[in-house]
Order: sequence, then structure tokens, then C-alpha cells
Amino acid sequence: MNPLVQGLITIVIGVGGCVGYFYLSNLVVDHLIFPAKGKNAGRNINRANKVRPWLFLFPAIFALGLYLVYPVVGSFWRSLFNRAGTDFIGLGNYMALAASDEFRTAVLNNFLWVLFVPAGATAFGLLAAQLTDKMRWGNVAKSLIFMPMAISFVGASLIWKFVYANNADIGLINAVREALGASGPIDVLQIPFWNNFFLMVILIWIQTGFAMVILSAALRGIPEETVEAAVIDGANPFQIFFKIKVPQMMGTIVVVWTTITILVLKVFDIVYTMTGGNFGTQILPSYMMAYMFRDDGRATAVAFVIMLIVLPVMIWNIRQARRELR
Amino acid sequence: MTGLTLTDIRKSYGSVDVIHGIDLEIQEGEFVVFVGPSGCGKSTLLRMIAGLEDITGGTLKIDGETVNDIPPSKRGIAMVFQSYALYPHMTVYDNMAFGMRIAKESKEEIDRRVRSAAAILQLEPYLDRLPKALSGGQRQRVAIGRAICRDPKVFLFDEPLSNLDAALRVATRIEINKLHESMPNSTMIYVTHDQVEAMTLADRIVVLSAGHIEQVGAPIELYNRPANLFVAQFIGSPAMNIIPAKIESAGAQTTVTLTGGKSVTVDIPTDPAESGKEASFGVRPEDLTVAEGDDFIFEGEVALAEQLGEVTLYYIEGLVKDQPIIAKMPGNHPSRRGERVRFTAGRETLHLFDAAGQTYRRSSDG
Repeated sequence: MNPLVQGLITIVIGVGGCVGYFYLSNLVVDHLIFPAKGKNAGRNINRANKVRPWLFLFPAIFALGLYLVYPVVGSFWRSLFNRAGTDFIGLGNYMALAASDEFRTAVLNNFLWVLFVPAGATAFGLLAAQLTDKMRWGNVAKSLIFMPMAISFVGASLIWKFVYANNADIGLINAVREALGASGPIDVLQIPFWNNFFLMVILIWIQTGFAMVILSAALRGIPEETVEAAVIDGANPFQIFFKIKVPQMMGTIVVVWTTITILVLKVFDIVYTMTGGNFGTQILPSYMMAYMFRDDGRATAVAFVIMLIVLPVMIWNIRQARRELR
Repeated sequence: MTGLTLTDIRKSYGSVDVIHGIDLEIQEGEFVVFVGPSGCGKSTLLRMIAGLEDITGGTLKIDGETVNDIPPSKRGIAMVFQSYALYPHMTVYDNMAFGMRIAKESKEEIDRRVRSAAAILQLEPYLDRLPKALSGGQRQRVAIGRAICRDPKVFLFDEPLSNLDAALRVATRIEINKLHESMPNSTMIYVTHDQVEAMTLADRIVVLSAGHIEQVGAPIELYNRPANLFVAQFIGSPAMNIIPAKIESAGAQTTVTLTGGKSVTVDIPTDPAESGKEASFGVRPEDLTVAEGDDFIFEGEVALAEQLGEVTLYYIEGLVKDQPIIAKMPGNHPSRRGERVRFTAGRETLHLFDAAGQTYRRSSDG
């Protein structure tokens, strides 16, 4: 069938379906369930009006329930079953997680990620926003810093694989080491504990652009007079930045920080691509990926744990963002 | 002792000159108002004194010391901004204490100065509040309090009342006046476009236009003896009526012919060489009265009458192109709309300007 015709039919069915739903459902409520006549006419009208808002809300509630609530409940339910999904094992998967060394490593590493990536990205973003503000080439610099945002996590990881390559002819780090006279290349991704930080650098590199864009808008929103008043009060540039500008942007900084925190708890691509979770670099999302399709019970249990960790951050984030809008 | 000396102060942005050489002396304890239309450079001049704008040329001395290259905080100035410029994340107390904390004053000294400024401005109940919990008038008082805490030699006010509503503006104006009286050694420079503020607050007014000084003088002096057409029309509301004229005979008294053919003799001496030249004849709306009989300055049809109770304004159109002549008379008068009315004014209230807009001085002016 002609795609144009298909589109038209979709529109007609969609819009017609909506109109039809609202018309018919109101008709049913007003005439069949609570008819506005007979001895209970007044009471029926009141009842129909109490029901009516729910008629309008129903499609949205239904769609959200189907696509958001059902997966959460379904995942939780699935996490209570064994690998094949045949036997109910209660909290068995969660017990197994608690007993697993790898899971504990993942939680610890994830804790480090949550600590350092949002802090790093926000700090660098703030720095970039302040340094490029009102500068002649500021917009060019900003575009460059923002560019990594346009690269997929896997793509960015591949770029950094070159930077970290265990070969002085390819890897930037080893090239610098060789230039400084160090003997032989090293693989930074295999240095225990510190390799986690080399992976975090990638996400910081990507997210700095995001933080910078939001924060430089906030920086522009600071009334110039407050800065001038501080100049007259004798504040030096550092005092102006930390005591006048940053406090006035605090709301935005919190939103940026929590947004990146939520992202950190979801990104598995970087670890998955760079080390596959080896050498002690596992984090929760990549740990979950490691079990996906092999042991869905275990994987959904990890997913549920991640959701529980993200939830409070998310609630705080949304509250803060709403306060900013006011 | 001299408070402030400006010598040939200039400001350019690239090739655009905005201030063209200002020379001005301000005495210690004086209240000086910079007034002028939008874009005349009054705020720029104030910001140059504050040190927020670089001085392109000339020297600025505060208390005898050249301060061109001294940072704002070391110039002994404090500034009150139009938008208050309070730090929104700090309480009233912290707003006033910020400068002293930067200067590493002792806690006791900070507390003493904040509390005494708060007492002067009746801000004591609000010290723990954030600026957003204050009204506009209270915020501006906090901004003034912050300036007082700096204990400056010179206070700079940049249109501090513009963001307030009419009633509050009058009240705050009176407060600023009292503040000046209570600190007789503090020099104050105040920028406004509102001539009522200028007239009521100033010891001396500096009228600026297009980056240069038109006239400096006491408010009443500017009103009675404007140096030129610009000042004449800028000071006073409604503005002075200007009628194009031609000098018929010059001498100890001058006779001019106004547009429309009426001949008027004024007590202003002119050089015989001026005879036959173009001139502008000026008379303030409030000096005009309705003439009885044949002794009048001009005659015209009242196009519109505004009866405000305390005064009545007549708008006479047709005499000067596109510019109604306004007569402002105290008390209630009948509308007289559509009637031809003759107007006159006391001889001593008339003004005469040459073709270049400069005032022909009265002999009594010296």
C-alpha cells in the first residue's frame, strides 16, 4: 500500500478513535449508567461528573501503565524465578547477588562512578562555562567541548581505546610515557583499581559538554549588577565566582549533577566495550548485561537493584528541576 | 577640601566616542545630580567614577588622589544600583556584611556597622531575611545600607528609584535626602532622568546631553537662568514653550517678531550686531496668564484643555508647527476649548536664545 495512504488511514483511525472513545464513553456514562432522568436525576448527574475526569485520564493511565508500570512489576516478578523462568525461587537471585564477589565489586565501582563522574563533569563543565563566557572565541570552544555529546558511548569508547592503546605508536598515554623516557608500554586498563578511573574519564569527557551548556545558560542568567556590586565590595575573581556566581547557580548545578548521576547508573556501554567488566572494572549495568540472555532471573534482579538506587536521585532531580522552573 | 575632580574625562568604545571631555569639580559633602535624556552618558560617567568602566582619557581624582587605575573597591566609593543588585542567596545581614568580610574586618566591627546602618534605615526586623522576602522599597533600603556599611567617601546612586512605584519613590527620595543630611561629609552623586528627583535632591545639577555638560548649577538657577535651549527645555514640566522669532531691534531692550507676526519687547540686552538674526523666544507654561485687553504675547485657539484641579493646562495649536504651546495656570479655569485666547507673561519671565541655542543673558546675570 502507498505509504501516504497508510499514513492517512493511521491519522483517521487515531484521531477518529480518540474522538469516538470520548464521545461514546461519555454517552455510556450519561445515558446508560447514570441517566439524567427519573427520580435520581440530580444524584446521577453528580455521579457522572465525578466519573468523567477518569474517562479522560484513562487512555493516558492505561498507556503509562502498559509501558512503564507493567515492565517494572513484570521485571520484579521475573527476578523471583530461576534461570529458565520455570521455578519460583523467592529472593534466591538477590541472595546469590549478595553472596557474589563480582556483584560487590560492581556495587563498589558503581559507587566510585557515582562519586567521581558527576563531580568531574559538573566541575569541568562549570569551568568551561566560566572560561568561555563573554569570550570572543567562546562559542567555537563551546562547540568543540560539546561535540563528544554527539558521539555514541561505544564510539567514544573506541576513540579512547586508541588513547589507552598498549603501544607507544598508537596510544597517546604510552606515547607521552615514551617521550618522558619510560621503558616499555603499559596497559592502563589493566592497572587494578585505577583502571576504573581511566574508564570514568571517558564518561566525564562526554558529559562535560552537557554540563557546560546548561551551566553557561545559568551563568548568563546571573544579574550582572550583583557581580558589579561584588567588584565594588572588593571581591576578587575567585571570590566572585565561588561566593556570588556559584551560589546563584546552585539549583542548576544540582539538576546537572543529579541528571548525570542517573545517567552514570545506566551506562554499561563504556565498561562493556573497553574491558568487558574484566580486571575489576565491573559496574552494575555491565554486570546486568553479562547475565542478560544467560540468566534472566539474575539480570532482572540486578536491574531492579539499579532502579532502587536511581529512584531517590531521580525524585530529588525532578523536585529540583521543578523548583528551578518556578 | 575637594571631593572629586574630573578633568577632561573621555570615554570611547572603539571608534565611538560617548563622553567628550567632562570637566567638573565636586566639593566634599555635596549632593550632585547627573541628569539628562536616555543615552546622554550619565550612567556611563557614574560607572567610570565607580571604576566599573575604564576611563579612556582624562584624570579622575577622588580626595586629591588620581584613581584612574585604582580598582573600584579601593576608590572609597559605594554604589546603589537601579536593580538593587542584592546577592539573592544571602540574608540582609550578610548582604551588608559581605564587603567588610572580604576586607577581613573583625566580627565585632562588622556587627557594629551592620546594626548601625540597619538602625538608620529601619531594617532591624529584616536582618535574617533573604532579599526575595522583602518589598521593593525594603530591598532598595538594604542596597543603601550596604553602601553605608562601606563607609565611603563618595556615594554613587544609579537611578535608584526607577524600579519603585510612584508612592514609594517619593518616600524613598525623602529618605535619601534625610540620609544626606545625617552624613554631611559624604559626597553623593546621583544619576536620574527624573527632573523632579534632580530638583528636590541636588545641591547642584549637572545637565548632560550627548556626552558633554550643558550646564552645571543649583536647581533654581537652572530653572530661572538656563544657559541654553536644551537646558531650558529639559528642566521644568511641561517643557518651556519655544516660539521661533526674529530680532527686530537690538540694544538695551530687544524687540523680536514671533512667528505669526506679533512683536514683543523683552528686557534682555543684545548687541546691535544681532539685529535681523533668527532667534528663539521662550516662555514657561506656568508663567503664562490669560491676557485682558491688547497687551498680549500671542493669541491662539485652545485645542485641548486639561483640568487637573490644582492646575489647568491649555494646549494652543497652530502657532508653532507640530508643537502645541502649553499654558499652565493654577486653580480651576473653564475649558474654553475652541476659543481664541490671548496670553501674556511677566517681562522678567521671558527668555531669548540665539540661533545656536545659547541664552541671551540678562544684564542682572552679570
